[in-house]
Amino acid sequence: MAVTAKNLCKDEFFYGHKACAGCGGSLAVRNALKVLGKNAVAVLPAGCMSAVGFNFPQLCFANNAIISTFAGTSSMLTGIEAGFRRRGITDFTAVGFAGDGGTADIGIQALSGAIDRNDNIIYICYDNEAYMNTGIQKSGLTPFGAKTTTTPAGENIRGNIRPKKNMFEIVAAHDISYAATATVGYMTDFLNKIEMLHIPEKIFMRLHLLLLFLMMVLLMRTLSLKMRKTASKR
Amino acid sequence: MKPYLREKTQFGFHDVPENTCFEAGYLVTKNSGWRSIRPVVEHGKCTGCMQCYLYCPDGVISIENKKAVVDYKFCKGCGICSKICKTGAIEMEAEK
Repeated sequence: MAVTAKNLCKDEFFYGHKACAGCGGSLAVRNALKVLGKNAVAVLPAGCMSAVGFNFPQLCFANNAIISTFAGTSSMLTGIEAGFRRRGITDFTAVGFAGDGGTADIGIQALSGAIDRNDNIIYICYDNEAYMNTGIQKSGLTPFGAKTTTTPAGENIRGNIRPKKNMFEIVAAHDISYAATATVGYMTDFLNKIEMLHIPEKIFMRLHLLLLFLMMVLLMRTLSLKMRKTASKR
Repeated sequence: MKPYLREKTQFGFHDVPENTCFEAGYLVTKNSGWRSIRPVVEHGKCTGCMQCYLYCPDGVISIENKKAVVDYKFCKGCGICSKICKTGAIEMEAEK
């Protein structure tokens, strides 16, 4: 069933946070958690969403949430998924919200490993195209020519000299079954892509990855065994 | 339900190891001081289309009796609701 504003969960799971007024990343986190529901376990590496969400004693996540190491978002998601599976709990969703630096630069190795292991996790990258939390340093996903504090536009160089990494193609090259981009500008599309990842009946192995590029999200999912069977029949 | 504002309890240095964990959604401070302009809903024009509720990054807008209601304790005054409103029911007014 398509998710709209009317049938979206009324509960708030990311509330009272200290993000800047009008933050697109917090909008993505808030609406993603509303779709995934109260049993979602959020993993947040170093970045804006962990900085604004956990100002002790102000705890802004109304579901389970944990701060991971910068490089270890995917590995912590893997561990959470394995731990719940070991305890026999099935109605949960392990979801990670990492920025572009935490995905394309620092966390790419753990991400690649999680895709390779075919884990049952959701990975969301909200890409604001630089390390915005620490004062706009260049990341791997900063576009060509962008002026940041580490690539200043001046007489010698005109901003960033390297093109933006194609993170979508990098993840798709792992032979992952579902990959998509979305933006918080088109919220219904964004909600429905997350709803596609959040399938109520337990698919044995799936991996969902969602990468948000400055308002654009890539959604990816590895082949479930069910889907593999249907694919091989074709 | 939404997380709600609670009493801020004072604790000393010796309490910190016990106090590092509260229940999820434990809010003790407001965000209303961040605001220089505030959204004011004109109930005659509001049709309850829920777009302001959908696009609010802080989730402070709820729809009650098909009218938008703003939680001013946590609204930061970004003005997205005013921009997204098709009927022009939400106006941004200066904080006094």
